[in-house]
Amino acid sequence: MNIDWAALGSVFGVSLGASVGLVALFTLGIAGLSRRERAVAQGSGGGALAVTGAYACFAACAAAVAYGIYLIVA
Amino acid sequence: MESFSLILAIVVITALAFDFTNGFHDTANAMATTISTGALKPKVAVAMSAVLNLVGAFLSVEVANTISKGLVDESGIRPEVIFAALVGAILWNLLTWLVGLPSSSSHALMGGLIGATVASAGFGAVHGGALITKVLIPAIAAPLVAGIAALFATRLTYSLGKKSDGRAAEKGHRVGQIASAGLVSLAHGTNDAQKTMGIITLALITGGALAPGSNPPVWVIVSAGLAIAIGTYLGGWRIIRTMGKGLTDLQPQQGFAAQTSAATAILASSHLGFSLSTTHVVSGSVMGAGLGRKGGVVRWSTATRMFVAWGLTLPAAALVGAGAEAVTRLGSWGTAAVAVFLVASSAAIWKISRREVVDHTNVNDTHADGTPADGAEEPAGVITQAMAAVTPPPASPVAGDLTVTIPAQASAPAPAATPPAAAV
Repeated sequence: MNIDWAALGSVFGVSLGASVGLVALFTLGIAGLSRRERAVAQGSGGGALAVTGAYACFAACAAAVAYGIYLIVA
Repeated sequence: MESFSLILAIVVITALAFDFTNGFHDTANAMATTISTGALKPKVAVAMSAVLNLVGAFLSVEVANTISKGLVDESGIRPEVIFAALVGAILWNLLTWLVGLPSSSSHALMGGLIGATVASAGFGAVHGGALITKVLIPAIAAPLVAGIAALFATRLTYSLGKKSDGRAAEKGHRVGQIASAGLVSLAHGTNDAQKTMGIITLALITGGALAPGSNPPVWVIVSAGLAIAIGTYLGGWRIIRTMGKGLTDLQPQQGFAAQTSAATAILASSHLGFSLSTTHVVSGSVMGAGLGRKGGVVRWSTATRMFVAWGLTLPAAALVGAGAEAVTRLGSWGTAAVAVFLVASSAAIWKISRREVVDHTNVNDTHADGTPADGAEEPAGVITQAMAAVTPPPASPVAGDLTVTIPAQASAPAPAATPPAAAV
């Protein structure tokens, strides 16, 4: 019997890092979108940067999902 | 396929039945959080999960043979042994579904296989080391890994998203949850449908209908994929309710964090070679998300019942598997007796389940865990627990049944399995 601590450790590290990173990205994206929503509601400008940032975040998340699908298929 | 004997046909049908129970048992893993936070309508959620499971079954031709390889010595396996193992796994899946507890279908299958193998070839045929490294350690590690990840992810999403509200935020969390739930479904299809394919293929090989080392035939892939998809679509609403509402109260942010952590933990583990049970991962991440929100409460009474069920899964399925194997050894009529016993007890469990129907219409009602809808935000689990204990059975049947059924479960299947033997 030998417990594969290295595999267990890397599963732990990767899970933690990837989930926190992804959730952070996605939350930032959402924050950007709702900032734009507020800006539009108030009729003031300044939403463009927020939206661009938001879509960059979502694109990164989409890439992560695509990588996940790649891992499943491969 | 010329020598397709009756016993092989029975094994294949039983394996597909197990695949079916596996599907509806594990719908909760992918969809409980999406359903309880309202990101998807219940029926839509299970339909999506079913389709993705079906797709997943076809994605990979590499058979997930982890169950049949390494854990037990394959030389001692007859089709009857596999049949007995499946009987143990199916009954345990149905029992845990009846009381609404998420438990690992893979553990049930492994337990059944271990029990049946021990009964058939003695303890020497089971590799104790493999048991610890493949079953025990992952069972402890999975909820911790996913739980801690979900806890930090939840904390972060609340602190980063403090100023996010309104339509955009709502829609965003919905989409995020759906995407991660979809990933979990897809991964589940590739893993669990493959397990059944592996079992059927193994049975066909041991029964001499296939040459050793063959890939699963197309009809095996198609039928296993369909069985798991149909099971998923019918939905284990009882387990979904426990997972989505019973363990903690999930808000969209938490549901999103939990499901994302679960998806990454499942993918990381299957990719890095430390296989974790989907059920354990998702339960852990739901609890982690519950703890991550300020003022969030995890109902430890429900969680404890779930942990107990996890601990019992392997031994209980093993006991039934061993009993069933002993009976099948008596000859063809013994096998027939086990088959009749399986059908009868499945029917009985289904009948009992009709007393308190849980389906897509009431899956989000919270009274099952003793928590009335308006009491969900009350500070302490103590009150809700006390209510659960005091409320008469008709009002909280699941809570009432749980306390009764859990202790009984360990022994219930075993004596039930032995009477045919005793009657000889």
